[in-house]
Amino acid sequence: MDPVRKRTKDLSKSVDSAHLAPFPDEVLEKVLSLVKSHKDRSSVSLVCKDWYNADRWSRSKIFIGNCYSVSPEIVARRFPNIRSVTLKGKPRFSDFNLVPQNWGADIHSWLVVFAQVYPFLEELRLKRMVVSDESLEFLANSFPGFKVLSLLSCDGFSTDGLKAIATHCKNLTELDIQENGIDDLGGGWLSCFPETFVSLEVLNFASLNSDVTFDALERLVSRCKALRVLKVNKHISLEQIQKLLLRAPQLMEVGTGSFQQELVPRQFAELETAFGSCKNLHTLSGLWEASSVYLPVIYPACANLTYLNLSYATLQSDELSKLLPNCSNLRRLWVLDTVEDKGLEAVGSSCPLLEELRVFPADPFDQDMVHGVTESGFVAVSSGCRKLHYVLYFCRQMTNAAVATIVKNCPDFTHFRLCIMNPGQADYLTNDPMDEAFGAVVKTCTKLQRLAVSGLLTDKTFEYIGKYAKNLETLSVAFAGSSDRGMQSVMEGCPKLRKLEIRDCPFGNEALLSGLDKYESMRSLWMSACNLTMNGCRQLAKNMPRLNVEVIKDEESDDSEADKVYVYRSVVGPRRDAPPFVLTL
Amino acid sequence: MNYEETELTLGLPGRGTKRLLSGEATTKGDKPMVVGWPPVKEHRKGITMSRRYVKVAVDGAPYLRKVDLQSYGNYDELLSALQELFGCFTESDEKKLVDCVNGTLEYVPTYEDKDGDWMLLGDVPWKMFAQSCKRLRLMTRTPSIC
Repeated sequence: MDPVRKRTKDLSKSVDSAHLAPFPDEVLEKVLSLVKSHKDRSSVSLVCKDWYNADRWSRSKIFIGNCYSVSPEIVARRFPNIRSVTLKGKPRFSDFNLVPQNWGADIHSWLVVFAQVYPFLEELRLKRMVVSDESLEFLANSFPGFKVLSLLSCDGFSTDGLKAIATHCKNLTELDIQENGIDDLGGGWLSCFPETFVSLEVLNFASLNSDVTFDALERLVSRCKALRVLKVNKHISLEQIQKLLLRAPQLMEVGTGSFQQELVPRQFAELETAFGSCKNLHTLSGLWEASSVYLPVIYPACANLTYLNLSYATLQSDELSKLLPNCSNLRRLWVLDTVEDKGLEAVGSSCPLLEELRVFPADPFDQDMVHGVTESGFVAVSSGCRKLHYVLYFCRQMTNAAVATIVKNCPDFTHFRLCIMNPGQADYLTNDPMDEAFGAVVKTCTKLQRLAVSGLLTDKTFEYIGKYAKNLETLSVAFAGSSDRGMQSVMEGCPKLRKLEIRDCPFGNEALLSGLDKYESMRSLWMSACNLTMNGCRQLAKNMPRLNVEVIKDEESDDSEADKVYVYRSVVGPRRDAPPFVLTL
Repeated sequence: MNYEETELTLGLPGRGTKRLLSGEATTKGDKPMVVGWPPVKEHRKGITMSRRYVKVAVDGAPYLRKVDLQSYGNYDELLSALQELFGCFTESDEKKLVDCVNGTLEYVPTYEDKDGDWMLLGDVPWKMFAQSCKRLRLMTRTPSIC
């Protein structure tokens, strides 16, 4: 099969047509192939039949945000020349154990179709999909030109599957394994890359738990001259990282291993030199157990860093305060809340170019801890970092006034994710609900695309969101709202809403049904532990045949209750691989 | 004059002869844990479970030792481990740490916290202590008899 099939043009047809001769297809396809964004591509295909066809033939990359919205056969029929596929599976709340095992999103049926239709497939990027070792082996043996494998939050495979990839994918350029729930049967997979294999550009095995053979890793890094991203796991020591950096000073992104090794002064100096020799280094992560003792070895690389991920290092405020003045170029910073407000003050004063901040809780389940960050840390960052537009912030106390100040300082938020860890907690100074805080966010931040709310919230919050959040695409809600009116306000407002996930809120059938007109323009809706009943869900399913309305029942609950509801648009109807605990209405 | 109140014991002030404060303070566990909340992914859990080795100095001992605070669940376990490591003191009837040879020589467990202050062991919940302790020192003293 010719990988680049051209359609023969029926010239006589166009000459006869009343219009001027249109662009030759080849030219149109060439022009459209420069349109990269998949949203734009989608728009292009809607212009007219010629453009639909030109897009069809020239599309090489496809993005499918919900694997159940379409089937591999339909994809294959429409797009004959795909080289790169991105697929997302389970609902996002599966990250927090809200979706039972064996729910679905298995990649295998997709691979079988792709093997027939796209033998020249090069890239596969999966998020929240189930991938078995058999699938990985099938993949490795079916696509000779395969280059990029990216698995984010997937599960179902083991390191044996990685062995197959390393052994058979002779043209692999990227192997990116992140945050997956996999069976780590040992690090031998890395040694499966043959000695003749030199094409690797990206290697990320930071989330794997077992030891790889360092020798094999060192040789691999040495011979892959185009390697630009290397993220190792915590079994790699400081001394070993130093050796790797010496072999690959061209690296742009580095994830170190554990930072806890005891070093003699000579080793310390060598590490410093190694970091200093990486002139292209802009991203640094890993840094497990890093402490003030050895952190200074990274100082020579800090001036060029734009992204620093310290979310695995339990740094205290003074340690961060000493480090950050070296990192004035930072755009993205991830930290643990062990740095406390004082550490965040250092962020505000040292990193004026900061655009993204994520503060994770070191001890999210310990209610004794009185440490962590508060509203003042957030305010301090907003005060010094006026370009801030992405925040994920876990804290134990917040006030309406603080949030108002924060968005006044930084009105350009596109992503505002605030998690006050105690469910339903009020403004700790005034005891008011946190409605005005999120009101301020949506009123001030007109570019807001993603919002996660928390704390004590009444329907007022949702009235604000519905009224003001005109660009909102993703909304996450937990333990909030007072009545159906809350969710209704969102469904009646928010014209660009695509993803809505709700848990533990008093929204019932009336709220669910108020979104009837909206769900087909959304990717999905998740509602768990709300007040939905089976009848309400049935009514939704009856009225909207092009939606899949899936209910996951809890064992202990009433027959009439709909405990977990997942609603999504689909062109292929109810899925045929649903497990017994998923009822499609 | 109530000397008992000023007596250094291993317990919360005002608790009198109460034994070492166990790590599991009563405050925790009143609220049932909610599934999937806070929304933290699996791979981010247990970060503070990583090793926390701190130096331990005992007055009179020729060299220091190191212990991993994460491997103990409460003050009792820590002190037992220290007894094993150094072997020069033991617990007296009054719940004090006294020298094996010289019964009047007392060891007072102290630690340096994040702020650089030297604190008496036992005042705060175990977990809070484990997070903020930078080093340990067992100070010797001969209690004065007034």
